[in-house]
Amino acid sequence: MAMPSSENSPRTLFEKIWDNHVVHAETDRQTILYIDLQLVHEVTSPQAFEGLRLAGRQVRRPERTVATADHNVPTTDRSLPILDPISKQQIDTLRNNCQEFGIQYYDLDDARQGIVHVIGPELGYTQPGMTIVCGDSHTSTHGAFGALAFGIGTSEVEHVLATQTLLQNKPQTLELRVDGQLRAGVTAKDLVLYLIGQITTDGGTGYCVEYTGEAIRALTMENRMTVCNMSIEAGARAGMIAPDEITFDYLRGRPFVPQDFDAAVAAWRQLPSDAGARYDKSLIFDAADIAPQVTWGTNPGQVVAVDATVPKPSDYADPTEQKTAASALDYMGLAGGERIADLQLDRVFIGSCTNARIEDLRAAAAVAQGRRVADRVNAMVVPGSGQVKQQAEAEGLDQIFTEAGFDWREAGCSMCLAMNPDKLAPGERCASTSNRNFEGRQGKGGRTHLVSPAMAAAAAIAGHFVDIREWK
Amino acid sequence: MKSFTQHTGLVVAMDRANVDTDQIIPKQFLKRIERIGFGEFLFWDWARRDDGSPNPEFELNRPEAQGASVLLARRNFGCGSSREHAPWALEDFGFRVIIAPSFADIFYNNCFKNGMLPIKLTENVVDELFGRVAEYPQYQLTADLQTCTLSDPHGFSMPFAVDAFRRDCLLHGLDDIGQTLEHEDKITAYEQTHP
Ligand code: SF4
Repeated sequence: MAMPSSENSPRTLFEKIWDNHVVHAETDRQTILYIDLQLVHEVTSPQAFEGLRLAGRQVRRPERTVATADHNVPTTDRSLPILDPISKQQIDTLRNNCQEFGIQYYDLDDARQGIVHVIGPELGYTQPGMTIVCGDSHTSTHGAFGALAFGIGTSEVEHVLATQTLLQNKPQTLELRVDGQLRAGVTAKDLVLYLIGQITTDGGTGYCVEYTGEAIRALTMENRMTVCNMSIEAGARAGMIAPDEITFDYLRGRPFVPQDFDAAVAAWRQLPSDAGARYDKSLIFDAADIAPQVTWGTNPGQVVAVDATVPKPSDYADPTEQKTAASALDYMGLAGGERIADLQLDRVFIGSCTNARIEDLRAAAAVAQGRRVADRVNAMVVPGSGQVKQQAEAEGLDQIFTEAGFDWREAGCSMCLAMNPDKLAPGERCASTSNRNFEGRQGKGGRTHLVSPAMAAAAAIAGHFVDIREWK
Repeated sequence: MKSFTQHTGLVVAMDRANVDTDQIIPKQFLKRIERIGFGEFLFWDWARRDDGSPNPEFELNRPEAQGASVLLARRNFGCGSSREHAPWALEDFGFRVIIAPSFADIFYNNCFKNGMLPIKLTENVVDELFGRVAEYPQYQLTADLQTCTLSDPHGFSMPFAVDAFRRDCLLHGLDDIGQTLEHEDKITAYEQTHP
């Protein structure tokens, strides 16, 4: 087992947070790591609460636990009853469990409800230096604040509820450094899709990633969340970005930040990796190499620049990769060799914990303003939270979207995983701002292409992909 | 937690990389609030044709795969969502051992919590096992967690590595939470110094 690093030698952001949360470490045992915050949603928690009840256990620190319903909720009128009785049961179960165990729960009629990874930061629960877990792989989002945040299974959800700790092996560290500046029209989403394309969908397995470099530093807080959100799509345990003034400015004044905010900031300033701290592996990229990205296959690493063509299986040397590419093309209804810009779309989805915050909606609205969604396309916008929705409406973005022919919805995960009634029909091709293009993810037989919000909006209007750099 | 010491079983080969948890158990089955009964939904979309009838091409539907309890696959098995419903479904279906060159972290971890043994072997060894499944009818493998070896009756024998702590928990079916609570004094002490 790796020994805890000495507090005097230079340490990475990850090491500082890890060291500060070790409750108990011994050789040949997993470390007992303290968890500062657990986020809970309806899909991965019922069995955990049931486990507690069966064992007669309590939630150790209910005040360090926050819950909302997001995956399974309707995004249509909230005053209407939930039609699917099993969905309703799952949401009712969460509400009851939170009541029974004394956990803060944001219900569907609360403006603060939303996708768990959107509301945690928005309400100021997510803070630098914390350990944060949730029964959801996109918990990596919260790493944007310089927190160690990762997804866990339901057995572990129960473990954290009961003990406020988790058994962990220390991951290795991977630095992904992006030097230089992103070109005009290239967004955080393109950046992260590009990185996944470069290191592949399992290139981060076993690692905690720290994103560094000028291009990362320049990102807004919301854009940093987009990047960290997709760390898991490269297989990484977690993704993080060192906190700085951008982080502190974002958090200042949010409801659940520390009361003595300045003292907290002083402590957070100690978190960034020390000069000379070593990562187990470092990879360096140049932001200027990145073009707007579009996925063509059935994992997020199967991605190309918008001005490129869809690859062919014969482009790969390795037989397993050839087979993987062939089956992805088959599922996607592509032969290989098509120009990305020639792909005709049926649906557009702007939403999810990757890209449904206010800046994402502004970017999409700027493209949609004064235009019309193509006749053949059905496009929807699903804000990441009730507060994002309110803000967007205050800015008149909903007007822009509805006048352009987009459907304007209530907050939730929606067609990111299509657990509620929002889903693709078999064979439908969709430009989506979400994070997974897996087979059937957005509906059985549905074909998902992952893109940035501006690219999705432009695709909705043109009816096919367009290079946003040429959008007038 | 369920224990695992040794298991011998029929092997089914799934010649696919990046099998994600959305395939293992699609989202429409995640609405249930129980932990059991997910096996019948395993690989739902792959196992069925569009009209709902069984897809005879799908690996697990083939006659020679019936009764399989050892799953052999390519790299990055179990990627994607953290849903523990994926190992629940595999276990409920009858799988006890999964062999691949690599696994996604969360899935790998979730297997141990459910009495299933995920075994990582090199690409070369996995290739060899794919060959053996094709060569020997009703091909069986034995995974022994006590000796950490994987073997077959035709002369194959290969050690595998597994984290000592996880091995211990799995061998004895130990309850993680109970184990951690033995250190409750340390948790309390931590909480006092980190308010
Ligand atoms: S928006 Fe999608 S990825 Fe994010 S938490 Fe919801 S289902 Fe998961």
